[in-house]
Amino acid sequence: MHEVGIASSILECVAEKAKRHLDVKVLAVGVRIGELSNVDKDALKFAFEALTLGTPLEHLKLEVEWCPRRQKCLACAEEFFVHDLELACPKCGANHSTCIGGTELDIAYLELEEPCVKS
Amino acid sequence: MREVVEKKVLSENDRLAAELRERYREQNILCVNLISSPGSGKTALLEKTLSSFPKESCVAVLTGDIQTDNDARRLARYGFPVRQIVTGGTCHLDARMVDRHLNEMGFRGPGLLLVENVGNLVCPSSYDLGEAAKIVLLSVTEGEDKPLKYPGIFLRASLMILTKTDLLPHVEFSPELALENARKVHPEIDYIALSSRTGEGFDEWLSWLNAFQRKVRREAATVSS
Repeated sequence: MHEVGIASSILECVAEKAKRHLDVKVLAVGVRIGELSNVDKDALKFAFEALTLGTPLEHLKLEVEWCPRRQKCLACAEEFFVHDLELACPKCGANHSTCIGGTELDIAYLELEEPCVKS
Repeated sequence: MREVVEKKVLSENDRLAAELRERYREQNILCVNLISSPGSGKTALLEKTLSSFPKESCVAVLTGDIQTDNDARRLARYGFPVRQIVTGGTCHLDARMVDRHLNEMGFRGPGLLLVENVGNLVCPSSYDLGEAAKIVLLSVTEGEDKPLKYPGIFLRASLMILTKTDLLPHVEFSPELALENARKVHPEIDYIALSSRTGEGFDEWLSWLNAFQRKVRREAATVSS
């Protein structure tokens, strides 16, 4: 359960970016969480809300893209999602593949308010 | 209006870990990060390992716990530098803690740095400490399905050590099934079964460490040439 630490790292990044956009409100932050990242989506959302409550970032939304485990077959280069830990390649049946997705723990984007056009 | 960020959430930790990795490479230090549930036998493995090294070996230990310096006191008996990292509630070690304690300890290579993480199969797997390998321990008094329940750490570990094998006659535990489960998650994971009490399997563990050290040095030499 280190979601509070993860949430505060995300908020540090938002605060850092917000410094460069002083006149623009950050509406949302988009993150990618892999199923192997050991981060629980709901616990992260809870921690995020708890940390932003009563702060200037209270309105900030956390948008999570959940990334399932993806493998690439070392025999035929097929890329496939893993269900029920079935690691055999669905195309050629080979048992050797390498993990290419599912460990993500990334900040993907910030959603910023459209700046007002000054007259 | 969307601004692309594309940054690791733990990029600050990753940056520090990369610095540590570079320091290990320069000083020829092999760093391994031991991870398991509480009570799987990390400290016992380290005690037995330290007791097998000649006194003049260049070895140091960093041991993490939420509270107490009990582990450091246990490990200090073997005459090698040991430091306790008391995290005060944090459920894992991070690169900053390792960096600070390593500096305070003044450990310099070439040598072996053994890091004992906080007993936890979840959070330590997210934090890179600059180590050459994560090693996951599973004891025979746990369930064979631990690798399936905690795939993150078994995927990232280079080696799985099955501990407390002296207890096998007394428990219903199938090492074959545990290994099968670990390899479902991570087909290439290395495997050693041992008992820190009887010493069974220790030759294999020490050979693994030696072979791994040679491999890391070879790779470092290739990178710098």
